[in-house]
Parts: sequence; C-alpha cells; structure tokens
Amino acid sequence: MKFARIIFANLFRKKVRLMLTIGSFAVALLLFVFLSVVKDAFGRGADVAGADRLVIINRTSIINPIPLSYRDKILRIPGIKAITHNNWFGGIYLDEKNFFPQFVIDPENQRKVFPELMVADDQWDAFLKDRQGAIVGARTAERFHWKIGDRIPIKTTLYGGGSWEFNLVGIYHGKRPQDDETQFWFQWDYFQERLVASQKGNVGWYVLRVENPDDSPRIAKAIDAEFDNSPFETKTETESAFAANWVKQFGNIQFLIVSIGTVVFFTLLLVTGNTMAISVRERTSELAVFKAIGYSDRKILFFVLAESLAIAIIGGALGLLAAIALVPALSKALTGMLPAIILLPRTLILGLILALIVGFASGLLPGLGAMRLRVVNALRRV
Amino acid sequence: MAAKLIFGIILTVAAICVVLLVLVVIGGVLAGLLAPFIGNVPISYNFRSIRERWTSTIVAVLGIAGTVGVFVAMLSLARGFKATLVASGSPGNALVMRAGSSSEMMGGITLESVKVVQDAPGVARDSSGPLVTQEVVGVMPFPLISTGTDANVQVRGVSPNVLEIRRFVKMTEGRMFQPGLSELVVGKNASRTYQGLTLGNSVDFAGGHWKIVGVFDAGGSSFDSEVWCDGKLFNQVLHRPENIFQSATVHLASPDSFNTFKDSLTTDPRLNVDVIREIDYYAKQSTVMTRLITILGGFVAAIMAVGAIFGALNTMYSAVSERGREIATMRALGFSTWNVLLSFLFEALLISFAGGILGCLVVLPLNGWTTSTMNFQTFSNIAFAFKITLDLLLLGILFALVMGVLGGFFPAIRAATRPVAVALREL
Repeated sequence: MKFARIIFANLFRKKVRLMLTIGSFAVALLLFVFLSVVKDAFGRGADVAGADRLVIINRTSIINPIPLSYRDKILRIPGIKAITHNNWFGGIYLDEKNFFPQFVIDPENQRKVFPELMVADDQWDAFLKDRQGAIVGARTAERFHWKIGDRIPIKTTLYGGGSWEFNLVGIYHGKRPQDDETQFWFQWDYFQERLVASQKGNVGWYVLRVENPDDSPRIAKAIDAEFDNSPFETKTETESAFAANWVKQFGNIQFLIVSIGTVVFFTLLLVTGNTMAISVRERTSELAVFKAIGYSDRKILFFVLAESLAIAIIGGALGLLAAIALVPALSKALTGMLPAIILLPRTLILGLILALIVGFASGLLPGLGAMRLRVVNALRRV
Repeated sequence: MAAKLIFGIILTVAAICVVLLVLVVIGGVLAGLLAPFIGNVPISYNFRSIRERWTSTIVAVLGIAGTVGVFVAMLSLARGFKATLVASGSPGNALVMRAGSSSEMMGGITLESVKVVQDAPGVARDSSGPLVTQEVVGVMPFPLISTGTDANVQVRGVSPNVLEIRRFVKMTEGRMFQPGLSELVVGKNASRTYQGLTLGNSVDFAGGHWKIVGVFDAGGSSFDSEVWCDGKLFNQVLHRPENIFQSATVHLASPDSFNTFKDSLTTDPRLNVDVIREIDYYAKQSTVMTRLITILGGFVAAIMAVGAIFGALNTMYSAVSERGREIATMRALGFSTWNVLLSFLFEALLISFAGGILGCLVVLPLNGWTTSTMNFQTFSNIAFAFKITLDLLLLGILFALVMGVLGGFFPAIRAATRPVAVALREL
C-alpha cells in the first residue's frame, strides 16, 4: 500500500468530477437494488415454494371448486405425508383498499403442510377451540394494528353475504424473511356452518406434502388419473410449477426489469469509462514522467485501475446504503399490492460485485492506453 | 412552534430554489437554442470540437439516449396500460350487480331481477326489445403463446345482442356466435396472446368443444383480452345454477339517463343491486394495478432522472475541464464571457438533442408491442400495448434538453469565468 498516496492524490485532483462519478455509481446501484427487490417480489411465490409440496386445482378453472369427498381418495395414493385444503374467501375488511388474502383452512392439517409458517402452540390450541378463531400473518396484523383478542369483521358478498366476525387468537411468523406473512386463516367448520346446502362441501384447492420429492411426478399423475372423467377433473402440479406459472402471468416484467437494468449499466459504463479516459488523457505527461523515472507499465495500469475501482466501491457502497434506507419506504408504498419487498443480502452482494465489474471495465481501456504510452511521444506532447 | 417555523423557512427556501432552477433551465434552453443568432458566438468552434473529440461526443449522446429511451418506454407502458384498463366500457352503459359486490365475479343476479332491469326507465330499446345483456364470467386456463404456460383468460357468457349494447365492439373477422351453439368469438388481443384462439380453430374447455367463429376489436380495451360465448350455454357448461347471472349491462337511452335508471333500480324493493357506469366499473377494477404501475414507474423515473443528470453533468463537466486552455485562448482572443457561456450551452444542447432523438428512435419500434399481465383484482390476464404518442416523444426530447442544460450550465459558467492567465498556465 505504499502507492496509496499517489492514488489518493489522483482521486482528489478534480473534486467535482470525483463527486459526480461517485454519484453516478450510487444512483445506478440504487436503481439496481430497487429493480431487484421488485423482481424478487413478483417472483416470490416460486421462491418460497416447498420442494415437497403439490397443489391440486380444478382442471376447468382455478375458480371452480373440488369436493371435500376427494380427500379420502387422494389419501389412498401412497407416498403422501399430509394434506390440507383451502378456500379463497375474498372478503373486505372495512374498505376495498385493505386487501389481504383470506383462506379457509383445515385446522387439523394446515401446520403439517406449511411448517415454515410458525404459530405458537398455545395460540394454535386456542384456535382449535374457538370456532370463530382466526390466525393472521405478522405483516397484516402490524398493518391494521391488530392484537390477539381483537374482534375482526369481514364483509363478503359471496357465501350468503353479510359481515362475518372473527376472534383473532394467533399470529404467525415466517421462518424466512421472504415467507408470506399477509394471510388470514379461519376454520373450515365456521365456513361450512354459514353456507347454504348447495354450497357446502367444496374446497378451493388442496395442498399436500409428499414423503419424497422425487415421487412428486408419479403422485401428481396418479391423482389426476383418479379423477379423470369425474365431474370435477383435477390438475396437480408441484407448488413451484404452480407458482412459476402464476409469476409468468405477470407477463414480461422480468424482461422489462432486466432490459432497464442493462440500459442503465451500459450508460453508467459509458459515463465512467469516458471520465476515466479523460482524466488519464489529462495527465499524459505526468504518466510519462512516472515511466521515465522507472515505474513499470504494470504499475501504471495498477494506478489507473485502483483509482476507478476505488470510485466504484465508494459509489457502490453509498448507493447500497441509500437503498437500505429507501427500501422500507417502497415496501410501505406498495403494501397490499405486492408481496413483501425485502432486501436480501445476496442482492447487496450482487450489487457490489456489479459495481466492481463496471469500475474495472471502465478503468481497463484508459489504463491499457496509459500502459502502452511511449515516453518520448508523451513527453513531446505539450 | 419553532420547529414549524424552521420547517416553513426550509420549505420556502426549497421552493425558491426550485423556481430558480426552473428559470435557469428555461433560460438556458432558450439561450442555447438561440445562441447562433445572438452576439458573435464561436459556434464553428463547437462543431469542430465535437468532430475532434468524437469519442466523448458519442459517449455523451449514447448516455443521454439510454436515459431518454428508458424514460419514454416507461411512460408509454404506463399509458398503454391505463388506456386498456381505465378506458374499458362506455359512459353510455351501466352495469348492474348485487349490492356490495366488489367485482362481477363476486356478483349474482337472478333472471327475475334482470326482467325488472329490462323494464326500468332509461334503458335503450330497439326492434328486438330492451338492450340488456345478462352475463356470466369465468376464468379459464389457456396457454400463452409466448411461454406455453397457462394463463387465466376471462371468458364472458353474453346475450346474443351484446354488440348492440357494447357498440364500440366491432367484429373484424368472421361472424357473431349463434345462440345455443358452442361457438366463440375472441378479442383481437386474446387471439394474438393465447394459443389456439384463431378463427376457424376449435378449443376444449370447461368440458365443451368450442369453435371460434369470429374475432372482434374492442378498441384496445380490456374486452380485447376476453373470449365471449353464449351466456346461457356457458352457465350450463359450468354447472352453475340456471337463471342466475353475475351482472347485467344495459345500454342507456342516453348517457344522461344514468341517474334516472340508477334511482329507479336502487329504490325498487324487489331488487338489492348496485348500479355503476360501465366505464367507472373498469376504472375501479384496475385501481390496484394502476397504482402499482404509477408507484413503480415513478420510483424508477425519479432515480433515472437523478442518474441522468449526474451522467450528463459528468460528461459535460469533463468535456469543459479538458479544454480549459482552449477556452482561455478564446477569451484571450477577445470573445466575451457571455459568448463562451452561450457557446458551451449550445454544444450541450446539441449533444443532448442528438441523444434525445436517438433515444426516441430506439424505443419507437416498441409502439404497439403487446404484452400481457395479470390483474390482481380479477385474477384474469389482460393484454395491453405500449403506446408511444407524439407528446411522449416531445417530452423525451424536452427531458434530454433539460439534462443538457443542467449538465452544461455549471461547467460552462466555470469555464467562462476562470481567470485567463490561470487557465493558460495550466498544463
């Protein structure tokens, strides 16, 4: 590090320019983090999907039901560890804007199929005992300032309509930060009780866990074969396939985000590359002097690269800090519209690596130019 | 109290700064554009400099082009999306649903109620009777052409006279379905986005075998992503109770008769319904998506704009600082500070204008490019197209010019006001 002073002196030669270049890096990194967290949020479903879970939906349409009576037939197929069933409730809490998903669940089995959504045992026991009980994800509870013991009315126009009252008895937390903590669960029995006879006994979809993920294709096929030509044909997929399909329906968001990101990085590369090139050109004669007094070509390349890398690291770090500060604001602005916006460490690391690559690339050409400089020519130039 | 005062002062100062900045930008653009005509500005010097330093020029142009391209593309996406969702339906139509329903899918309306609706005042009629379509909606999986994976397509069972009610919908190919037959007509975007939905083809869904007999154009609205068939038949196929529909849409005698129509239905004791203008209903159905796109687009555009100004400033700054001696020479030759300043503004504007034009040209092919996404509120897939209009392009170029002025102004001031002797001495 004996050259630190030279590099430092060069860095601060033009302070305005240094600040501008660092600023460009910071902004580009901020945009990168922003685009990645949004992309992650759109793809969240596929990200959290359990490898050993299968989803069974009605083949005709996702909004058509499947009878509860299919449950026993499904369980006859070997290799299934646990099964639960859910219904989409689609109710409204006070106002349409307050959207969060409400699921009717099978209280005996939901926990066995989704072990990553953790509820304290005493809360779960209270849930089992209370027919009108409900468990809610931590994010939704926080959003509406709900506490255990609150009574929560949810309006619906389906299922006979009216306002349904629930007692909040538990709050679940995800094991990983990216787990969905917005769902609202209540009991199948309470749901059935309020339905008219013709609506009873239908579930929206089943989710099951298999003993061995390698068995999934066989089990999926066996389930669909079992109900072929029945009035309610099924479609069974792994949870990740189901979620990936869901994500694809958002269209080319992935493509849009990647193209915006690429354009931004290309632009950044141009700007910093140009700046480095100009700053190297400015001190052609200085570099020639360095060479004349015996510095090797490699050292000259090292000076230039070290300078551009230092700018990249400082700018990148600033951008990432800004992102850490801004992501919660974005997450708040998008509550109820997208799954949780979370800044994962891997995004930060990836951002820093990208900054380093751009820094290296933008310093490389001017550095090589400086390296190839012929002392005689450079010194002759005024 | 003190905190409030400080806050107020900060706000005032900020407002003054913004106003000054805007004035500087406007003045800069005007002055820069008029530069060749006022005073004896050394414009030919700028042209020669651009040619001499062509690498820097290209970098600056490309940098601005990239920013303007993304900016225009984002705006056109948001605009296309809004045009599709918000502008669906007609103000001359009214939608009737069960009271309290947030969407058609949640609705339910019996045949008896539909009969009451048909006789209500304000409903338009023609020779065949009142213009009312009672509808059944469902979402059916169809594979996307782009990925081959299933997407939820909104299938709408309608009355055979639906074209009399939604008059903005026109058959472009083939014919309307015949009542009672398993025939489909598909929207033009649906036909382009999903596999197998072309004229003359047959598809299987909901346990039926359907033949596609026509393609319709709904003027770019969300109906263009839908598939329509006979409502009664669709109800049977879905095993839903007979004579219950999800919504009814009426064509009003005139858009003004909406209130008469609404009042007569909402006060009728036999009915328990909500009445809403069709166009308002679709705007409401897309509030979440529209907000999402606005917030995301706003964030990206704001960050991009800051980044672009940094980039432009940096490029122009480097360009100016590199030729300190040239500037000093010009001034030593007798060009005034003012002339040098104008000359640099002109150069900045020229470069940013070229960048703006290039950026617009690059994104222009996106116009009309159709992509699809899912509306969270209806779970159904909607195709929409990028809409690049003249005003968006002009906005993009204006954006480029503003960046050019911001980027060129301060370095130019610096260049023009440095003492000649100091600048000339510099190596």
